[in-house]
Amino acid sequence: MNRRQSASLDRKKFLHDPVMLVTVVILIVALLLFVLYPLVILLMDSVWEEGHITLAIFDRILHLDRFQVAFVNTLRAGVLTALISTLLGLMFAYVDVYVKLRFKILEKLFGVVSLLPVVSPPFVLSLSMICLFGRSGLITRQLLHIYDSNIYGLFGIVVTQTLTFFPVCYLMLRGLLKNIDPSLEEASRDMGGTRWQVFTTVTLPLMLPGLGNAFLVTFIESAADFANPMLIGGDYDTLATTIYLQITGAYDKQGAAAMAVVLLSITILMFVIQKYYLESKTAATLTGKASRERVPITDKSVTVPLTILCALTSVFVVLMYAMVPMGALFKLWGRNYSLTLDHFKYIFSYGGLRAFKDSALLSAIAAPITAIMSMIIAYLVVKRKFKGRGLIELLSMLAMAVPGTVLGVGYIRGFSNGLFHTGFLQGIYGTSAILIIAFVVRSLPTGTRSGISALRQIDKSIEESAYDMGAGSGKVFMSVTLPLIKDSFFSGLVTAFVRSITAISAVILLVTPRWNMVTVQINSLAEKGTYGPACAYATILIVVVYAAVALMNLFIKHFGTSKIRRED
Amino acid sequence: MAKEKKGVRLEHISKIYKDPKTKKDFYAVNDVEINIEPGSFVTLLGPSGCGKTTTLRMIAGFESPDAGSIYLGGEKIDELTPNKRDTAMVFQSYALLPHYNIFDNVAYGLKLRKLPKDEIKKKVTDILKLVGLEGMESRMTNQLSGGQQQRVALARALVIEPGVLLFDEPLSNLDAKLRVSMRTEIRRIQQEAGITAVYVTHDQSEAMSISDQIIIMKSGVVAQIGSPEEIYYRPKNEFVADFIGDANFLKGKMVAHEGAEGIVEVNGVKVRVADAAHVKDGADTTIVLRPESTVLADEGYLPCRVILSCFMGAYQNYHVMVGDTRLIVADYNPKGKKIYQAGDQAYIRFEAGNAHVM
Repeated sequence: MNRRQSASLDRKKFLHDPVMLVTVVILIVALLLFVLYPLVILLMDSVWEEGHITLAIFDRILHLDRFQVAFVNTLRAGVLTALISTLLGLMFAYVDVYVKLRFKILEKLFGVVSLLPVVSPPFVLSLSMICLFGRSGLITRQLLHIYDSNIYGLFGIVVTQTLTFFPVCYLMLRGLLKNIDPSLEEASRDMGGTRWQVFTTVTLPLMLPGLGNAFLVTFIESAADFANPMLIGGDYDTLATTIYLQITGAYDKQGAAAMAVVLLSITILMFVIQKYYLESKTAATLTGKASRERVPITDKSVTVPLTILCALTSVFVVLMYAMVPMGALFKLWGRNYSLTLDHFKYIFSYGGLRAFKDSALLSAIAAPITAIMSMIIAYLVVKRKFKGRGLIELLSMLAMAVPGTVLGVGYIRGFSNGLFHTGFLQGIYGTSAILIIAFVVRSLPTGTRSGISALRQIDKSIEESAYDMGAGSGKVFMSVTLPLIKDSFFSGLVTAFVRSITAISAVILLVTPRWNMVTVQINSLAEKGTYGPACAYATILIVVVYAAVALMNLFIKHFGTSKIRRED
Repeated sequence: MAKEKKGVRLEHISKIYKDPKTKKDFYAVNDVEINIEPGSFVTLLGPSGCGKTTTLRMIAGFESPDAGSIYLGGEKIDELTPNKRDTAMVFQSYALLPHYNIFDNVAYGLKLRKLPKDEIKKKVTDILKLVGLEGMESRMTNQLSGGQQQRVALARALVIEPGVLLFDEPLSNLDAKLRVSMRTEIRRIQQEAGITAVYVTHDQSEAMSISDQIIIMKSGVVAQIGSPEEIYYRPKNEFVADFIGDANFLKGKMVAHEGAEGIVEVNGVKVRVADAAHVKDGADTTIVLRPESTVLADEGYLPCRVILSCFMGAYQNYHVMVGDTRLIVADYNPKGKKIYQAGDQAYIRFEAGNAHVM
């Protein structure tokens, strides 16, 4: 059988649709240039020297003590963080879905805890860890009178990363737990299983692929994390920080490229396992919706310990975040706890306003580009059939597995001397354009994913009906698709803004003195040990970000699609 | 109302799909040849997976055929995208635009055609009257019942005056009572508008009641094309006979012809059948008997044994054995008639004109 005719007809229809054609071509070029090419150039750089292929660079890097240590460190921190985050996330999800909470306020608290890491800059928890448990920490020094407390290192990294990433596991696992049909567990209970037996023989086995999924996602996040190891890692270097130091300290761009290839290989391997193996397994074991409401567990022996554990964790997280504004308001942490606005004055007399303006401006430019691009990609991937769809989906998802540091090094290698070192397109390196592009690429996968899941909820025939009535592709997208996924679009817009304004890993490698970024300022202040001004920056940043999120929620509430019933 | 009634011609259409489980290619639609007259109402009928919806979507342009060509009003439309084709489809899920009210939904296609505002208003008002929704212009779609939503979908498709109207199982989401009233409604509106309609359904009574022509499909192939009466009384094969209504099959041998009638020997008994010219003497043949055209009696020509007897109200339902073959007899209006019980011996009686040989 051959399908040549339908293929050629589909191609002709595609070519008769100029809006669609141009969009697809632009998207593919952009994704190839700014997602794939930087990775390719890294690989080329690390095997190409003086006109021939060589493994000498890898050989040199692999024998570097610094690299070997960083490699082991990354894996160790990744495994620990991922393990603890998954367990903590599972506990929260279980309590949320299965356990009847006595106090309404706890539900609110859980909500806040799951939102905080989304709106906070990545290194905030490291700052507050230092404020609470550092050498002059509020708890270690003031409360416990420990004067030689050392939280720098693996312990600090794992704690901060866990607290940052476990809410993601919580949200992922909660969705899965809700999909378990309660009658499965009731059947097991009915046949004489205890709660614990039900959990270990029914709930847990059903969740296993989902747990693996959460583990790998967190592992990738941990391995890619730059800010926390930078601030609280001390001499515990991970691959992400080592790559940065290799460029900024040792000026070894080729070595950094080789290291980046190693880090990228780890995250992509994890990503492939997660995406193509575990996700399909999760879908296979947990299909469809729960048939009935679940009867919540009210046994005191289950609810009391679990509720206490979750409440304590939540309070601890909130306390950590509360440390940041306090750090900004106290005169000198550890010595003088009188309130002052000196730190705010300090940062604004040293270019603080410009830093906020620059960060906000570039993020505000990147956000709409990201939002519209991710919705278009989602639309094309979910609703349309054409050659190149697979490529677009792959590239936009690939960006998820690329650590910011790797992307940063890739842009340096890829654009500082122009495309393939030929000088072509050299102009964009060192400008704000490259920063905006980095922002867009970093936020694109999340936006695309949320767009895809929003669009999957919408009956395909709604768009087909518009198409059938005579609307072209552009018209269908603008008059039907976009209004239907307004919520997803706005949340994508704000998420992109938030992620951009709080981004550091790629930015710190690409920023030039012409642009002054808040996150870079915080990082350099914290490195110098001037935590007061760093906290002042972070406080304002959190307020700005929170305001953006609040604005979005308000907007969605008033203009959202909630009035519209979706076909279910 | 329509600018111009258009016919549809499918010329040796095939469509190949990949089975997602076995990864093997198969023909979803295989060499289908259909000619739809302008202004007629044609139904594609068949079980799920028979290729009827794929065929309809190829006419609309959502799918491209792997062989053959499609003509709309004499014009070849293979390379046209759906928005450039003079078709309008009514979807199974209604597919109304949830962010628009009724007026805007119906006006959508007219606005795309850049008609003047007052003309749009007039056309929308007229069409809503035709489907019985006048005065509902400002309602949102989620304020309507399923039947009303279906009427909006119909109005939206009709208002752009397409050359052909396509229906993709439009009634399957409605409850049984509403389905019956909506189908007569659809037929009335189609005839009033004088528009060509291609209708997909798996419900045989829907197809019978609504169509000028029925096209029965099975595994991507056309099994029979004909008017509802032809399909019901003269099915070409067992699949068609069984799919449309209930059917009994009696295997036998044609032994003689008397004019147009034939004599078939079944289980050693000679049975008279009408319109038998197409089966030669001596050939094996199958008689199709509809349950409602048979009755049980104490004498007749086909002896049988009753194995189940069940009062259904309108009729007495019997299952009987003729040799090794189980037949269903629906004896209508049973009041006052002799009722046979399981285990009884009886005879099946039927008119020669009600027995069709394949």
